[in-house]
Amino acid sequence: MVESSQNDNIEILTYSEVEEVGGYIGNFEVKIRKKARLVDLEKCTGCGTCYQKCPVKVPSEFDMEMGMRKAIYVPFPQAVPNVPVIDKEHCRMFTKGKCSICQKLCQADAIDYEQEDEIIEDKFGAIVVATGYDLFDASVYGEYGGGRFKDVISGLQLERLISPSGPTGGHIIRPSDGKEPKNVVFIQCVGSRDVEKGRPYCSNVCCMYTAKHAVLLKEHLPEVQTNIFYMDIRSPGKNYEQFVQRTMEQFGALYIRGRVSKIYQRGDKLIVKGADTLAACQVEVEADMVVLATGITARHDSKEVATKLGIPYDEFGFFTELHPKLAPIETVTSGVFLTGACQAPKDIPDTVASASGAASKVAALFSSDRMSMAPLVSTIDTSVCSMCKACMEVCPYGAIQEEEITLRDGTKKKQLTVLESVCHGCGACVSTCKSSCIMLRGMTDEQIFDELMAVAQ
Amino acid sequence: MEESNWEPKVIGFLCHWCSYAGADLSGSARLEYPHNIRIIRIPCSGRVDPMFILRALQNGVDGVLVSGCHPGDCHYQSGNFHARRKFAVINRLLKYVGIEPERVQFSWVAASEGPKMAQVIKEFVEGVRKVGPNRLFKDEKKDGE
Repeated sequence: MVESSQNDNIEILTYSEVEEVGGYIGNFEVKIRKKARLVDLEKCTGCGTCYQKCPVKVPSEFDMEMGMRKAIYVPFPQAVPNVPVIDKEHCRMFTKGKCSICQKLCQADAIDYEQEDEIIEDKFGAIVVATGYDLFDASVYGEYGGGRFKDVISGLQLERLISPSGPTGGHIIRPSDGKEPKNVVFIQCVGSRDVEKGRPYCSNVCCMYTAKHAVLLKEHLPEVQTNIFYMDIRSPGKNYEQFVQRTMEQFGALYIRGRVSKIYQRGDKLIVKGADTLAACQVEVEADMVVLATGITARHDSKEVATKLGIPYDEFGFFTELHPKLAPIETVTSGVFLTGACQAPKDIPDTVASASGAASKVAALFSSDRMSMAPLVSTIDTSVCSMCKACMEVCPYGAIQEEEITLRDGTKKKQLTVLESVCHGCGACVSTCKSSCIMLRGMTDEQIFDELMAVAQ
Repeated sequence: MEESNWEPKVIGFLCHWCSYAGADLSGSARLEYPHNIRIIRIPCSGRVDPMFILRALQNGVDGVLVSGCHPGDCHYQSGNFHARRKFAVINRLLKYVGIEPERVQFSWVAASEGPKMAQVIKEFVEGVRKVGPNRLFKDEKKDGE
């Protein structure tokens, strides 16, 4: 992030949202809402006085609500740009109308409570969608406590506990009483491969991050015993299987094949009841802490993003690629590319590979002034067209647009035209056109009728 | 042609991305399907103009099969839905003029479904064989002469 923020050719707009996307490949017209962070990006020096002195404490989203942040805050230590943002919902200036401690203390005079959202309109040649994913909400699993037990945490919460910059400074302790756990149970496939919870797909990353957590736990707390309930271990990446084997052999993780049916409290322990399908028996584990390997779901607002961009999405909200094998980065809208987990659950190497792929697709697109396209696209005979616009409605790509031309005598006339760079040549417009004025090159009505007559002979 | 050795002649409009590829696959898998079908490749089932079907029947073709991608799988997002709508309308017209429903069929076949494509063609040709030659327009022509 830091490196790209320093590159002259890269402009990073954080805390901004795409409002509208118009145009087409090479000529996208995008409207971006740059939300008011109430801190001047140019003036702020990133000294940090404001958030040290801010009196309002709010649960930190980055620490998975295990730690606290201030009402003026930098989301996480390495954030780019290193400029805080004011959380209007909690800031006392907005809830009570007075405070302004940060404004008084700021030596750079960067705090501006009056700042308003800024709308940026610009032209872009290509769009890369990298909106990522949301973590599955494990509270729908009533059998795992549904959020009632403090010591049942998600994998990402454990990640924050292990992190030196996390809420506990890297000490792995139970959220309930602050004691170090002796026996930890991991449950895999929480929100993955579960048809009843509407998530029949595999989230791809949980097997490996659970193995990593088991290793990290053992390294931090050598006394700890890790038990992992799994359905299948899916470790198809390079060196992944060896890593899982090492987790078992070198780091003593106990893998139990089976699902957990119930977790309940007994004293200060959590009793995990489950099946061991390999030994064909029921097992009961007394645990100090339970870590759920929560899966990947699509972003909650991915459908709105897809609608803005004109790209399709699947039943789970992941964006659909042009072709699952041969065009996994392109979308049906030419010039819009997908990368990362917004397309499907992906781990880091896959994400980096798809990001590099998208970057090279864009670079290849921009490397020449002209684009080569398949010539089999539609054309409109404007002398016959009655402007009923039925074709515009059926075109899945928005390739048919209205344009205004000036005739030789100076009068202006509206007519329809096909954007050849956007048309994919499906022919839906041709069979819809009532006045038969659209022709699909290479697949005209005459050609098909001739074929037909030859067959009918 | 004598009634006894009559063989149905049917046309298949198969979309390039799914059904045509499915037919291709059934061929490369050495699956047999009746030779009665003559396949015309189209980019998308949404390209099929109802006129194609009418013109085919008018010229003595015994049956028309239109096949596209499964719903939601269209290479062009929605072409097969447009096709389905047009098909619903033309079906009523065909019924009205007295064309047996076996003669004009619509199906979804994916590129990976080679055996299904062969099966669909087989069943379709059998259906057409059962209803016999398409005489409707031929007889009318004779009346006009």
